[in-house]
Amino acid sequence: MAKVPVQFTLNGSERAEFVESGTTLLLALRDKMGDTSPKGGCHQGTCGACTVIVDRELRLSCLTLAETCEGADIRTTAGLSAGEVLTPLQRAFEDAFAAQCGFCTPGMIMAATALLERNPKPDRAEVIEAISGNVCRCTGYEPIIRAVLSAARANSAAA
Amino acid sequence: MGLSLQTFPTAGEAQSALAAEGTRYMGGGTLVVRAANEGDLSFSIIVQTTDPDLSAISVSGGKATIGASVTMSAILAHPDLGFLAPAARAIGGPAVRNMATVGGNLFAPAPYGDATVALLALDTTVSVDGENVLLEDFLKGRDKRGKAALVTAVSFPVPKPDGFRFLKVSRVHPKGVAVLTIAVDLQMDGERVGSARIALGCMADHAIRARAAEKALIGKSLTKDGIAAALAAAAEGTDPPTDAIASAWYRREVLPVHLGRLLLS
Repeated sequence: MAKVPVQFTLNGSERAEFVESGTTLLLALRDKMGDTSPKGGCHQGTCGACTVIVDRELRLSCLTLAETCEGADIRTTAGLSAGEVLTPLQRAFEDAFAAQCGFCTPGMIMAATALLERNPKPDRAEVIEAISGNVCRCTGYEPIIRAVLSAARANSAAA
Repeated sequence: MGLSLQTFPTAGEAQSALAAEGTRYMGGGTLVVRAANEGDLSFSIIVQTTDPDLSAISVSGGKATIGASVTMSAILAHPDLGFLAPAARAIGGPAVRNMATVGGNLFAPAPYGDATVALLALDTTVSVDGENVLLEDFLKGRDKRGKAALVTAVSFPVPKPDGFRFLKVSRVHPKGVAVLTIAVDLQMDGERVGSARIALGCMADHAIRARAAEKALIGKSLTKDGIAAALAAAAEGTDPPTDAIASAWYRREVLPVHLGRLLLS
C-alpha cells in the first residue's frame, strides 16, 4: 500500500513520518511515533480510551485518519507532565484513586484537560458531561468526578 | 486491502471522484473510519472535501441552512440554533460531537441518527448529489442511492418558539445509545393543535414520520385526554429493530409513554 507523509506537532515537538494511507491517528501515534498513551479500546468511537486533543479540540484518534492531521497541533497525555512533575489534574487522579486498571485514564485525562482549559471552574454536571464519552469499568466514575473537581479547585486556588 | 484517502477542495470534485468503484464519502469519520476499523471491505477509497461551503451555517428569513460538514459541536455553539441543541447534545460525548457531522448523521442506521429525527420533524430538505430532496424521501431511498452519495446541506424552516420538542430515551445516562428518539414540531391554533409533525428514531431502520399520530392530534388540546388517540396510534406503521439495546416489542410498548410525556411537557 502506498505510504504518505504526515507531519504535525506532537506535544510541542515537530514530528514527521511515513504511514500507509488510511492509517488512523491512533496507530500512527502508537506504532510509528512511540506515543502509547492513547489506548486502542473499541475502535468504534464508543470507549474514549484513544481521546487526544487536536488543534484544541477533543477528538477520537481511532476514528481520525492521520493524513487529515497534516500541520495540526496534537496533544496526548504523554505530553502533559513536565518530566516527573505531574499536572494538578494528574495529581488529583492519583490522590483520588481515580485510576484502577488505568486503561481509560489517558482518555479521561484528556477529556478533563479540554474541559478545564475551556471552563476552569466546572460544576459536577459539567464534569459528568465532559467525560460522558469515556467509559470506565473500574471506578464507578465517582473518584474521577471528584478528581476533576479537586483539580479545578486547585487551579482556582493557584490563580 | 488497504485504504487510500482522496481530498478535494470542492464538493463538485469530490462528487466526481465518488463515481469510481469502491469509493465512500467521509464527513467526520465516525461512521466511515469505524466501518474501516471493523473490516468493511465494500470500499477502499475514502473521499473527502475541504469545501468551506459545507461548513457554513445560515439562519435568516425564517429559514436555516446547515452545511453537511457542520459538526454537532458547531450546532451547539451557534446562537440561532438553540432549538437543535438538545438533539446535537444527545449525540456521543464531546469528542464525538467535535467530529460527527450533520451530513453523516443522515446515513447513520438505527439505533443511531438522533439528529436526523429532529431534522425530519422540522420538514427538512436535503441537498444531495446536486438535487434537493425532502428528507423523508431521502431516507426512504437512502440505501438505493448508495453509500457514495454526497450530501452538501440541509435546509428547514426555523420552528416557532416552544413548538419544537426533542427526546432521546436511553438506558445509560448521561449518554447511551437510543432505545428510541422522538422529535415533535407543533403549530398551535389557540389552545388546540393546528398542525403536527412527529418523527421517530429506532422505530424502523431509519427515522420515520408517525403520520397516524400526527393526524389524531389535529384539533386536539394538549391534555391527557386530548392526546390519547394520538398515543394509541403512535406505533402504527412502525417496524422497530430488535438489538442489544431493546427488543422491537419493548420499543412499541414504551413509545406511547414517552410520546405522551413529550407532548405534555
